Amino acid sequence: MADMKIGAYICQGCGIGDRLDTAQLANVAKREGKAAVAKEHEFLCNAEGVKMIQDDIDNDGVNHVVIAACSRRAKTDAFSFEGVTLSRANLREGVIWVRPDTDEARETTQEMGDDYVRMACAESKYMKMPAASGEQGLLRHLLVVGGGIAGMTAALEAAKTGYTVDLVEKSGKLGGVAGEMYKKYPAKAPYDVLADNTTGEMIAAVEGNSAITVHLNTTVASTDGAPGRFSVTLATESGSSNDITVGAIIQATGFHPYDIAKLPELGGGKSPDVMDQLAFEKMVKANGGAIKKADGSDARNVVFVQCAGQRSDTEGHLPYCSGHCCMTSIKQARYVKDAGGDATVIFDDLRTPGADGEDVYRGGQEAGVAFSKGTVKGVEAAGSGLKVSYNDKILADDTTIDADIVVLATGMVPASGPNPYIAQDIEAAEKDGNADLTAKLKAEQEAPVTSILNLQYRQGTDVPHLKNGFTDSHFICFPYETRRTGIYTAGPVRRPMDAHQAIEDATGAALKAIQSCENAALGRAAHPRSGDLSFPTFRVEGCTQCKRCTVECPFGAINEDEKGYPQYNEARCRRCGTCMGACPVRVISFENYSVETVGQQLKAVDMPDEFSEKPRLLVLACENDAYPALDMAGMTHQEYSAYARIIPVRCLGSVNTIWITDALNSGYDGVMLMGCQKGDNYQCHFVKGSEMAHYRMSKIDDTLTQLNLEKERVQTYEVSITDIQRIPQIINDMEKLIGEIGMSPFKF
Amino acid sequence: MAKREYSFYPGCSSQSKASSVNYLKSTQTICEELDIQLNEIPDWNCCSASIGYGGGGELPRISLSARNIALSQQAHGQQDIVATCAACWLATREAKERIEHDGEVRSGIDAALGEIGIKIEGEMPKTRHMVEVLIEDVGYEEMQSKVKKPLEGLKIAGYVGCQTNRPFGIDGESYENPKYLDKMIEIVGAEPVEKYEKKASCCGGALMFSEPEKSQALVKDIIEAAYDGGADMIVTPCPVCQMNVEVYQGHINKTYGTKFKIPVVYYSTLMAVAFGRNGKDAALDGQMIRATRLEEIAKK
Amino acid sequence: MSNPNQAMVEKYRSNFLKEVEANVEEGHWVKMCMQCGVCSGSCPLGPHWEHPPQEIFMMIRAGKREEVLGSSSMWMCTSCYNCIARCPRGLPITHIMHGLATYAKRLGLQPKTQPTAKFSQLFWSNLTKTGRVNELKLGLSLYFMNGFANGIKTALKMQDVGLGMYKTGRLNPLEILGGHSIKDTGGLQKMLKKAFEIEEAKIAEYKG
Repeated sequence: MADMKIGAYICQGCGIGDRLDTAQLANVAKREGKAAVAKEHEFLCNAEGVKMIQDDIDNDGVNHVVIAACSRRAKTDAFSFEGVTLSRANLREGVIWVRPDTDEARETTQEMGDDYVRMACAESKYMKMPAASGEQGLLRHLLVVGGGIAGMTAALEAAKTGYTVDLVEKSGKLGGVAGEMYKKYPAKAPYDVLADNTTGEMIAAVEGNSAITVHLNTTVASTDGAPGRFSVTLATESGSSNDITVGAIIQATGFHPYDIAKLPELGGGKSPDVMDQLAFEKMVKANGGAIKKADGSDARNVVFVQCAGQRSDTEGHLPYCSGHCCMTSIKQARYVKDAGGDATVIFDDLRTPGADGEDVYRGGQEAGVAFSKGTVKGVEAAGSGLKVSYNDKILADDTTIDADIVVLATGMVPASGPNPYIAQDIEAAEKDGNADLTAKLKAEQEAPVTSILNLQYRQGTDVPHLKNGFTDSHFICFPYETRRTGIYTAGPVRRPMDAHQAIEDATGAALKAIQSCENAALGRAAHPRSGDLSFPTFRVEGCTQCKRCTVECPFGAINEDEKGYPQYNEARCRRCGTCMGACPVRVISFENYSVETVGQQLKAVDMPDEFSEKPRLLVLACENDAYPALDMAGMTHQEYSAYARIIPVRCLGSVNTIWITDALNSGYDGVMLMGCQKGDNYQCHFVKGSEMAHYRMSKIDDTLTQLNLEKERVQTYEVSITDIQRIPQIINDMEKLIGEIGMSPFKF
Repeated sequence: MAKREYSFYPGCSSQSKASSVNYLKSTQTICEELDIQLNEIPDWNCCSASIGYGGGGELPRISLSARNIALSQQAHGQQDIVATCAACWLATREAKERIEHDGEVRSGIDAALGEIGIKIEGEMPKTRHMVEVLIEDVGYEEMQSKVKKPLEGLKIAGYVGCQTNRPFGIDGESYENPKYLDKMIEIVGAEPVEKYEKKASCCGGALMFSEPEKSQALVKDIIEAAYDGGADMIVTPCPVCQMNVEVYQGHINKTYGTKFKIPVVYYSTLMAVAFGRNGKDAALDGQMIRATRLEEIAKK
Repeated sequence: MSNPNQAMVEKYRSNFLKEVEANVEEGHWVKMCMQCGVCSGSCPLGPHWEHPPQEIFMMIRAGKREEVLGSSSMWMCTSCYNCIARCPRGLPITHIMHGLATYAKRLGLQPKTQPTAKFSQLFWSNLTKTGRVNELKLGLSLYFMNGFANGIKTALKMQDVGLGMYKTGRLNPLEILGGHSIKDTGGLQKMLKKAFEIEEAKIAEYKG
């Protein structure tokens, strides 16, 4: 890149010109910010203003642009310039909208504006233009693991877009659980009837599709690489192996039914006529619709027990709802009615979600299926049949019902590989003193689980679990996204669901996998910093091989090379900067986001002396939730302290403790870190970033003690995007606290 | 010839010297003003209201309304059948729907009517409440244009009750918060009680006779909510509501120690007064609790 | 049929739901209840029901025939239609309750002192006599529904209402002598007789 030339452009629109002395801001940019060009404009985001900047870039050699106007989240289309770095000073949402328009406030408001211009110039000075590494090419080819309805759907959907697919199935045939169904409930209205199982048609479509290569009796022996260049070894039952290269991977390995032998009180494992839904389905299919007991005689009365061993706190039961079982029981009860028998569904909460659910339920009622709200106490043999005792919750009555067959609606156990973080989870549970959890996790660790992907990653062989063994990274916010970039899960391995949902899920995962391939080819990040070209690099001569970055990366992106140095695999990287925050020797950086780009900003702030009664509060705010919430506080004109200086960070996980030390040494009176919710119900866009930051900051007390400063001066907060009132309040409380404990003695 | 003509089903309570004869009188008055002609169904019979179910069962009950429909067709062809009473309207409309949609009911009704040599011919006429005629056929604007003495300064709780509101109700109105009665109050120049929370609550209906304590407890709440809203009077489109809410106030006062004395009038009474007619035409003499404010306006 | 109740018990044996579906007005809807309880919460006399509607529906499915038909619950219905308006499943609850009550009464199972059961019959008898309701006679027979002494007491209590109605021209003491009537009372009664016959025949003939 040619010599750096900073151009600072100060907008006077949206009231900025009325509230701030923009000539002074331009002066600050020139004198202190070392901007070669500093221009004011009354309406910077209009065509004329944008043209003014573009002209300077084209004709005047400006290659570092500083926009002092609205928030970096606003007007991104207008302020988008090719080939230059861009810094934004937030004068609108961050200054004039959060301060009162009064004469008394004028001075401190101007000081805020001045500082944000200094900070933007300082950041600009240390930014470089990111460029793709060229590490990988475009590979429009996917691996789908699992030949059930989700896997087949993903393969077909990808093939429709021109992608090719290797579809791997462990068993000898395609179709999975959906293939075992006698009938299904329909995919479109009318829903109150049963439809034929169409899985066979889907199998034929897959087998007949030249873009899809099916590998039966095959597993994945090894997976290495990154999005755009995964190298995978497939192993067949016969012992032969096959190496392929794929751009992205979809894992659709489905579920296992919960083992009914664990439910002896409900007759599980005790009588062949007590079975789970899948066994009932197979029996009806085998008999062509006739309902037969194990001894071959006709069954007249069938009782369905909902929530068997699930939605239960009992040790060994599944705590969650598997979602499909109510609908499945209604469907199966209709088999019984169609065969001329009587069917009773005993439920606690009947849940029939989706547009079709209510009609399926009504269809069952219309067909004469009996529904009883109650809790089943036991199932035992009675004569040649079975007796179900239950408490009728509507009539508050303990009662019994006779049955020839009892179907237990048990839950879905995800067919995931081993949890790569089990050892870490055990460690954490032990540290918390949670003996129950520790024992549970240890049992899980000891149970032999076969790896599915055999990832050759530093952080384990398989996709991390989110909850109860399901592999996802957030059920609501980022479906299909696992914590392994380029590997997506779909169907019941991701969360409990029925076949219709699995089809939708697989379609979504296929789209994600395709995006991942296309982004990887351009060197761009995938979700959530989609399109970002910057990636982490490290100064090899400074690296102490401490391995902290490889361990703390939430996405397992970093391996170690043979010499023990980190190996970044940027196509696996989500660009959160958690490695940068982790590095004790500060050798990791992104081109446009580094220890310096933030460190220099906080140092650029004008620091009034100890006796000025003008404290300075540094706020490091996560760009995903905290910073937008601060912008919205501005939009709704919530006032907050004029002494706060806010710097957005990619994730709280990227905060390196040197920034805190630097801030305190520079005379800041308080430092506030604002990140997303951590823990089990985390909202962190990078899953573990916020948690890491909280953990690291819990150790900052030593630094404060060394500096002889009060602990309260540094605080870490969990905030959410809706905390529009709370965040200003937190800042104001900090100002008040500083008033109480006094100014920092470190001002020069 | 009148501008609008309907086949009229007055119902038992609107006969001369019956409990809602004042409803009939005031309705006749506003019909004169609005140029509506009501052609009474010859020899109409009781609909059995809702409460007749215990004695009547299904088919006999429906046959009562079927007879009225057949007689209406015989005398007035396809003229809409209009009732002022909520129960009459509801029973007739329900019977019509049941006959239309249930083949078994239809054949039973044909046989029963056959006994007396009448029958339902082709499509049955529409069955409508007087309020529907006013709102849909006449319209708020035309009603407003007839107002000569706006009922200024009066605050009125619009008590819609049950059966004018459910299960059929007035087209476009919600079950939980119907607005038409409030609009009618506005049209005659008075102010409706906003958020009258007992607007569509039950007065006990016929259970006022068999379960007076339980029903009077309901009426107490209806009146209390009207007072809470600052109402000078209550207006209703239903004869059962009118009677239940008006005539037991003394009993309720005795039971609950309240001092209720609030007039309960029909919308037709309000309109007759606003249209400039005298107290007799508006049937103000039929109020057990005199509507003195209306009497004053009528005298002006 | 000497004992209609016994006949029905034998005919449907243990399946009360089928009996209700066959013999009760709108009874085929009972199986569609999803036990949400909105009906119970919407009923103006809700607190007075021994078994709220959704419980009645469940009892029918559970075969609790005597408890259902002998209950005073259905007789609490004021016909306000709130349950119908609000039922998310669209059950015609008002009609089912009327139907159950009527069916109970037909079989002689209704509670013996149920005032609404009595009044309902009085109302029907009153109106079918002349084709139109005789409000005075209806009122008086209501007062004397529970015997002469009670009747006098109630009549005295109701004196103010009667007097008020009379004074405002809304009650005619001469109605005691006959009062309002349709012309073709004979025809009306013939029609009703036929309707009753058809209904009886339907119940008797149903084969379950």
